[in-house]
This record gives sequence, structure tokens and C-alpha cells, in this order.
Amino acid sequence: MGFISILSQWAIPVMVFLVVLYSYIKGVEVFDTFVEGAKEGFQTAVKLIPFLVAMLVAIGIFRDSGAFAIITKLLSPITERVGIPSEVLPLALMRPISGSGALAMTTELMQTYGPDSMLGYIASTLQGSTDTTFYILTVYFGSIGIRRIRYAMTVGLIADAAGFIAAVIVCKLLLT
Amino acid sequence: MVNKLWFFFIVVGIAVAAISGDIQSVTTTLLDSAEKGVTVAFGLISILTFWLGIMKLIEKSGLLNVLVKIMKPFAKFLFPDVPVNHPAMSAILLNMSANLLGMGSAATPLGLKAMEQLQELNQDKKTASDAMCTFLAINTSSLTIIPTTVIALRMATGSTDPTKIVGTTIIATLCSSIVAITVDRLFRKVYRGR
Repeated sequence: MGFISILSQWAIPVMVFLVVLYSYIKGVEVFDTFVEGAKEGFQTAVKLIPFLVAMLVAIGIFRDSGAFAIITKLLSPITERVGIPSEVLPLALMRPISGSGALAMTTELMQTYGPDSMLGYIASTLQGSTDTTFYILTVYFGSIGIRRIRYAMTVGLIADAAGFIAAVIVCKLLLT
Repeated sequence: MVNKLWFFFIVVGIAVAAISGDIQSVTTTLLDSAEKGVTVAFGLISILTFWLGIMKLIEKSGLLNVLVKIMKPFAKFLFPDVPVNHPAMSAILLNMSANLLGMGSAATPLGLKAMEQLQELNQDKKTASDAMCTFLAINTSSLTIIPTTVIALRMATGSTDPTKIVGTTIIATLCSSIVAITVDRLFRKVYRGR
């Protein structure tokens, strides 16, 4: 445990340190090279604006209208039968759609039930082991102008479902 | 698919709001979300700029070749269509390394770079290539060793053992990644004929 928390603290500083040191030793003009690469940052971010606005607006309307809650309610009898607590279902549905939304739900679950409860463990594991599928698809494909994404979304969602089920099972088996 | 989903979210969302008598919330949400989109994009500028600068150093110093050499066999299996010495392969490998370390902020610009390079290899610029689909399958299933954000969140909510979920997270993420890679392979074969 101690090792892992130390690792997460040190990972980024160590990486930056090693990269700069190694580059300098290799005779690279470190400052000029950094700036040269950094120039692209602004353009890339600005290119993302239309895609982000489009997606966040749609998700926002869908969530705030209550449509999201209806879907959760319809699905809960099925998931409950498989042993998935209905409290984490909204999180599982939110995770692929909105990263900040899912993070907010995880926070809420941990505050309500405690981070060291079974629901807290499942929420933590789920949050850490899956990613915001729709965001990644929109941003990654959007940035290069891909329109037909073929089976990418289906694969992403199947993987999310697998991660969700695995999170529930692993937590129930290993953490009691 | 994004097309249909976007349509579905907007039309169903507004319809539900109308039926439940909460139509004014649509306008508020619409404006708030649009603003959030711009804020998020601008928030990315600092991170993107920094990590693209570091990435240039990794590229120029030759550190990249070291990394590529280590992960070559694995990547060859996952991306048979991408030439091992192509810049796309380097960007893919870097993105995967950043994801493994839980450096979400570093992973995104590297991922975008990879997509840009993959697009160069792509025949039909409007349609996703096999390699792009595989790359996104791995990305969306999120291979993580250190779930940094979650550990921080657990600390903030008063957990007695914030890192307790690291083991379960690694197992769950492995499951979802294995499923993602397997399903991607299956779908690739199914879609070949089209």
C-alpha cells in the first residue's frame, strides 16, 4: 500500500525529471525543443471546442430533464437480480457519458455510504477501472474529422459493461 | 452512431422535460453545458501545452526508441497494420504508458497525437481504420495501475485506507481491457466484408 501511494506521488515529477535530464545529456536544446512542442497545445485545445460543446449540451439536457433517471429506474429490476446494487447503477450509466458527472456521483456515493463501505469500494473500483467512453470517442475521432466510427462505440460500451460487472464481483470477493 | 446518439439525447431530453413540465430547465442546461464545453477546452490548454512540450523532448532525445523497443512485441500483436517504425506507433505506446501510470492529463494529448498519425495511414479519411478502433478500445477500457483521482477522492471523503481499492481496480481494468481487445478482434472480422 505504502509503495503504491508513493508511486502515485512520484510518477509525474520523476518522469519530467528523467526526460529533461536525459534530453540534456543527449545534447538536445531542452528549452527550445519544449517550446517547439508546446506550441501545438493551444491549437489542439481550440479545435476541441465545437465537439465538447455539442456533446456536453446533449448530455446535460438528457440528464437534467429526468430522462436519465427514467432509464435507471427501468433497468434496476434486472441488475438487482444479478447482484448489482441499484445504488451504483446510475454511476455505471453515467461513467461512459460524463467524466465529471461520474466523479460527482462517486463523491456522492462515498459521502452517503462511506468510502470504506461495500458501495464505496465498488464505486471507487468502477471509477478507476473504466473511462469516459463517449468523451474519448468524440474528442479523439473529432480532432481528426472521422465521421464513420464503425464498431468503436459498441466495443467501448461492451468493455465498460465488463468492467462494471468485474468491479462488483471482485469487490464482493476480495473486500469484505 | 454519435450522430444517432446526439439526436436521441437532445430530442428525448427535451420531450421528457416538456412532459414533466420542466421545460425552462432545458434553456438553463443548454447555456450552462455550452459554457462548460468552452471552459473544459480552455482548461485543457495548459495541460496540452505542457505535455506536448515534454513529448517533443521525449521524441528528440531518443527516449521514445527505448520505450518502443520494450513494448514492440505487444504492440505488434495489437496493431498489425501499423508499421513498427511509424510515428503513430510511438504515440500509441506513449499514450498507453501514460494511461498505465494514471496520468490522464498526459495521456489525452498523446492519444490525440496518435490519432493524427493514424489518420496519415488511413485510406478513407472519413472512416475509422482498424487500428483506430483498436486504439480507442484500449483507451476507453482504461488500463490503469494507479487510480490517482480515486485515491485522492477517498482521502477527501475520510477513508481509513484510501489505497485499498488499487488491487480490485487493476483486476477490473484488466478484465475490461481483455474484453475490449477480444471484442474488437471479433468485430474487425465481422466488419471486414463491408
